[in-house]
Amino acid sequence: MTYTPDKPPIAENSAALRARIPGWGADLDPADRPSVPRERFDPTFSGAHWEHPARQPEKWPRERSVEHTQLPPVFGTTCPPKALSGVIRRYAYATYSEGQAAHWVLLMVADRVDALESGLRSLLTLHPDNPITETGVLAEVSHHGLRSRLGHNRADLKHHWMDPFIVGAPWIGGGTVVYLLARRMRGRS
Amino acid sequence: MRAMVYRGPYRVRVEEKAVPAIEHPDDAIVRVTRAAICGSDLHLYHGMMPDTRVGMTFGHEFIGEVYEVGPSVQNVRPGDRVMVPFNVFCGTCYYCARGLYSNCHNVNPNATAVGGIYGYSHTCGGYDGGQAEYVRVPFADVGPGLIPDWMDDDTAVLCTDALPTGYFGAQLGDIVEGDVVVVYGAGPVGLFAARSAWLMGAGRVIVVDHLDYRLAKAREFAHAETVMFTEHADLVRHLKHLTEGLGADVVIDAVGAEADGSVLQQVTAAKLKLQGGSPVALNWAIDTVRKGGTVSVIGAYGPLFSAVKFGDAMNKGLTLRMNQCPVKRQWPRLFEHIRNGYFKPSDVITHHVPLEHIAEGYHMFSAKLDNCIKPIVVPSEP
Repeated sequence: MTYTPDKPPIAENSAALRARIPGWGADLDPADRPSVPRERFDPTFSGAHWEHPARQPEKWPRERSVEHTQLPPVFGTTCPPKALSGVIRRYAYATYSEGQAAHWVLLMVADRVDALESGLRSLLTLHPDNPITETGVLAEVSHHGLRSRLGHNRADLKHHWMDPFIVGAPWIGGGTVVYLLARRMRGRS
Repeated sequence: MRAMVYRGPYRVRVEEKAVPAIEHPDDAIVRVTRAAICGSDLHLYHGMMPDTRVGMTFGHEFIGEVYEVGPSVQNVRPGDRVMVPFNVFCGTCYYCARGLYSNCHNVNPNATAVGGIYGYSHTCGGYDGGQAEYVRVPFADVGPGLIPDWMDDDTAVLCTDALPTGYFGAQLGDIVEGDVVVVYGAGPVGLFAARSAWLMGAGRVIVVDHLDYRLAKAREFAHAETVMFTEHADLVRHLKHLTEGLGADVVIDAVGAEADGSVLQQVTAAKLKLQGGSPVALNWAIDTVRKGGTVSVIGAYGPLFSAVKFGDAMNKGLTLRMNQCPVKRQWPRLFEHIRNGYFKPSDVITHHVPLEHIAEGYHMFSAKLDNCIKPIVVPSEP
């Protein structure tokens, strides 16, 4: 059919589809579709009663993309940057624009450092990290881990065996570095 | 209050956190009655989204009751039952004035390429999300909407992201009567996109996934034909065969960053984080749409580059359309469709998870255990 002008016929015509499927064709007219046209200028639709919103107080120097010419008036305030991960994050925001891969790679590195720092910090609290409860791995028992996977031809089974090694690699690598450094320092003393 | 917090890749727990405070005159604090775990929360959970900080509370799909309002709030009052779009938006910036609420420029200092999203890393603004007992809701006069009396909580929470995103994805396809539409992904968003394609006059809807129970739901809920891609050595050829060699008129990518189907892409993107996302579904979309066709992308990808087959897209003359959904714009028409019985969104909900068991909920959803399609998080009663 591709080699001729006509479109391949479909099995059911519109009348049959309308009879079989509730609502078929209700939005056939693009004018009924809420996101058509893509841009529709109507500043009153949102319910805003300001032209430019009031500014939220900046309680600490808020990290921001260098592509912003000013701090936006409203922003999230959870988890301010701290410790080494915070230094990396501030550097990434202050130095690289969103168009530079280094910006995102540094933020990803900071995320791994943050996880390590937070894990170590938790050991000094009454609520240390617990890999059993926090990974939710007990759901494997309560929600049929084996039965859900076996005999269903799932694509993810092909890489399941390597996933723990890949996900655990930064921790194994970090632990190895710490161990080697500790051994070297002990050898010196 | 009790709140889910991120502890690092693949690890979350519930902790005591301070009840959020009013930080801006148009803020509200909402007591959460239902939240959902979204497929895109899994990108955070798996450590794929840059600047996801330990201690953050996830959750961009939630509803609740207004608990407190700032001094300038006029449109909602304490006690109101509200649904909150996943977009944080101001209503009056260049983009909001044109209805592009998901691209708001006034709410995210951390990035200009993305708007604000609750509980979705600092890359999306650094807002705590709704998988908690309370949440801060900025711009309470423009974001939240009153939940209609006739709408139950499970339906309402699905109207904050999954349902409007699927509906929006079908609109991005510019479907015309008789079009063949292929949807990659039979998760909640893919199911809603497939169902929406019929509303726009599709002549045929085919849903592709590798999870048999989700494909069964696609046949039942979305009246779709289904293809299990693990049963075909060459999926693209199979879909071309199904469409008599032409390909689909419209393809919708409702999978995003963690697409399976290529071990190389899965490992380099989802596991090693060397790409912004695994573009398996997107590449299949490019290859299975007909020349001159449209690919609609509503699956979420990270900001790093991905190995997308752009040459094929160019040579085939494709139209690629995509965005985060401007949720509130969809509501009036969507509510009509729900009332008319064209959608029963809660049919995709498979699990209700108490907030205290959220770690198991994340693992179950991530590992696709127990035929999980959509888990809803239920915070404890006050």
